[in-house]
Amino acid sequence: MTEPVLSLRNVHKSFGPVEVLHGVDLDIRAGEVLALIGENGAGKSTAMKCLAGYQPASSGRILLDGEEVNFASLHEGEAAGIVLIHQEFNLAEQLTVEQNIFLGRELRRGLLLDKAEMRRRSREYLARVKCRVDPDTPVSKLSNSDKQMVEIAKALGRDARVLIMDEPTAVLTNAEAAILFEQVEALRATGTAIVFTSHKLGEVKQIADRVSVMRDGMVVQTAPVRDMSEDQMATAMVGRDVSDLYPAKAEVAADAPVLLRVDGLDVPGFAEGVSFALRAGEILGIAGLVGSGRTEAMEGLCGLRIARADRTEIAGQSVQIRKPSDALRHRLCYLTEDRKLRGLLLDKGMRENLTLQALARFGGLLIDQKAEDAALTRAIREFDIRAGRRDVRVGNLSGGNQQKLLLAKVMQSEPQILIVDEPTRGIDIGTKQQIYAFLSDLAASGHGIVVISSEMQEIIGLANRVLVMRQGRIAGELAGEAITEEAIVRHAMGVGADPKERAA
Amino acid sequence: MASETVNMPERRRKLPSMSVLGPVIALLVLVAIGAMMNPNFLGAGNITNVLARSAFIGIIAVGMTFVITAGGLDLSVGSMAAFIAGLMILVMNAALPVLGVGVPIILLGMATALIAGLLAGLLNGFLITTLGIEAFIVTLGTMGIYRSLVTWLADGGTLSLDFGLRTFYRPVYFDGILGVSWPIIVFALVVIIGEVVMSRARFGRHCAATGSSEHVAHYSNVNVNRTRLATYAMLGVLVGVATIMYVPRLGSASASTGVLWELEAIAAVIIGGTVLKGGFGRVWGTVIGVLILSLIDNILNLTDLVSPYLNGAIQGVIIILAVILQREAKAKG
Repeated sequence: MTEPVLSLRNVHKSFGPVEVLHGVDLDIRAGEVLALIGENGAGKSTAMKCLAGYQPASSGRILLDGEEVNFASLHEGEAAGIVLIHQEFNLAEQLTVEQNIFLGRELRRGLLLDKAEMRRRSREYLARVKCRVDPDTPVSKLSNSDKQMVEIAKALGRDARVLIMDEPTAVLTNAEAAILFEQVEALRATGTAIVFTSHKLGEVKQIADRVSVMRDGMVVQTAPVRDMSEDQMATAMVGRDVSDLYPAKAEVAADAPVLLRVDGLDVPGFAEGVSFALRAGEILGIAGLVGSGRTEAMEGLCGLRIARADRTEIAGQSVQIRKPSDALRHRLCYLTEDRKLRGLLLDKGMRENLTLQALARFGGLLIDQKAEDAALTRAIREFDIRAGRRDVRVGNLSGGNQQKLLLAKVMQSEPQILIVDEPTRGIDIGTKQQIYAFLSDLAASGHGIVVISSEMQEIIGLANRVLVMRQGRIAGELAGEAITEEAIVRHAMGVGADPKERAA
Repeated sequence: MASETVNMPERRRKLPSMSVLGPVIALLVLVAIGAMMNPNFLGAGNITNVLARSAFIGIIAVGMTFVITAGGLDLSVGSMAAFIAGLMILVMNAALPVLGVGVPIILLGMATALIAGLLAGLLNGFLITTLGIEAFIVTLGTMGIYRSLVTWLADGGTLSLDFGLRTFYRPVYFDGILGVSWPIIVFALVVIIGEVVMSRARFGRHCAATGSSEHVAHYSNVNVNRTRLATYAMLGVLVGVATIMYVPRLGSASASTGVLWELEAIAAVIIGGTVLKGGFGRVWGTVIGVLILSLIDNILNLTDLVSPYLNGAIQGVIIILAVILQREAKAKG
């Protein structure tokens, strides 16, 4: 076995009095892909930042080619050939793709920039990741998945010896993830050492050579991927058995009242003629590719963006929803897919976030802070939110706890109809299980729930009925046994639907 | 990441952070310096004088705290004050033959100031929210417009209140209750109401949410545009209130009235710990900021250690220090 290129030896890392890494050992070898898995808050991101020199370790050693190194900054790490791709993109939004790829190491000819050469190489890197954006496009105009590809193109340009990626596929579609994996394999073949984190165990199985499982700031297991099943990985991460991830589906009574009926919903530029009905106690899945108009249609329905519908009925009454407060008044609530940009005020505490949407319920002219505190106590208990202390800045919570807080926040408005968009994006399997159980209980108590998700398994595991959207329209509807991955994909891709798969 | 959790074990007894203590300490140090330098400093006369002069900027700065907290900025307040003062004087002089010297004409003047302030604030707010133009650009524009309008109204000179009216109106600046002059009383009321609204009312919470993240606020059922519009309208009204207090002091308005008030108000807000990019504001901090700026001016005038001409330089240093302190506090969490 080859010597490791980069290693952590007994690395501890503390933030103030709180130790988040308790003696981590990791080995990264040339020509090998290491997957680092673990629940949110297990310390994966911190371990990666220590590897890349982005954060100094509190104690312990970092070995590069067997020699102890002390990176004073990210730049020293990069100079040594270690490139970290952050979970949150590290791109200058106002600059073009090309300017970003060469940011900080612009090519020059004499005193002037060598634009022709940079252009040529940008195109080459972008072509390698099959990203069809124009190098002159400002990054702010790109979709999240294109940004991820630009990040990878940027890393290609840096001739990385060690490439560290923090959840690279979280924002990618399956097709884009496949392109990424081709590149990972090409890089591996040239001897690059690669580390990545992921919550998708399927892709760990597919692409990694070895897997290290972290739990509570320690590496609890490292093994070749072929020796571990996905179930074993999940069990090692959580420390308990999670084979029953999805709660049993309850039958929706045939005479259950229709809570929501939407006829001919148009969201200009995104969705057209969307019609569906939702019964009490039902979980309705909405599947489709990213960009199929799922999110925009539901945001339009909830008055969050400009939309028009022939008719919207809630609990049998015709209603007009023009702004978010109209939706809330009819007890219709939307949980956004983007918890960081649209869901939570990251600079604020949990209390302010929890009550923001339903502030009118807390006091009259003045806010009743006691009632807010009581609500927070309830939410922490009910949703099992794990924060070090009550007044922690929400931005410092782990992704899973942020998501639970966001769910608690929308529940403060006591919705009868809840639309959740990507409810488990980028969170660990243990928290997923809790959120699924919560949604299932909520439906069982007579609420109507719409789940938008890109994760096929999630839709299949949760929904009683599934709408598949394609190019802004509902391309198909599936129910019961007909909800299969293949059927969803066929509808989503517009491959002629098999009549047998049509729901009755 | 977890830098927030610093001080976790002793959260009950921990001292307030430097961003809270900094301005308070600075104020106390200034008072101590003042008291040592000049025995008259702590006299009732001087204190009243400092507070009364702080009141104009202070009242405006309370409104500015809301605007900045909600993620906005208003550069037009100084010119707006001058314009409102000019307008008020013109209206009162014009109404003099009809109403005569008396309470009604004063009330007319006050109403003029409040309505003009409200409209000016709404105009700024409308351009910024509905038309979506940068606050900096809009208020830079209206700043020029109001300044030019007052110069035009005064025909390049000075607009003066009729002498009889001025005598009648003077008590609004110089008199008060129990030796506390009206500007100080009004300033105190504005501060108390402002502090309660900012820290306890829904509107204050909505301002902070809007300034912290417009998107999150929108998705959380906060009417972002209406909140922003309301902050500008409120600031406009408060500029009107400040002008009502200001006109009786000199009884005139000219092109040089209210020059640089906008920067003093913004400086006071920032020194007080409100975050310039929005999302967090505190009214009591703004009061401390206003007092710090006034005291520096006052101390330099009372002592001959440093030339009063260096006032601006010292204020500038303090503003920069305040922002550095804010950043340290943010880095620590």
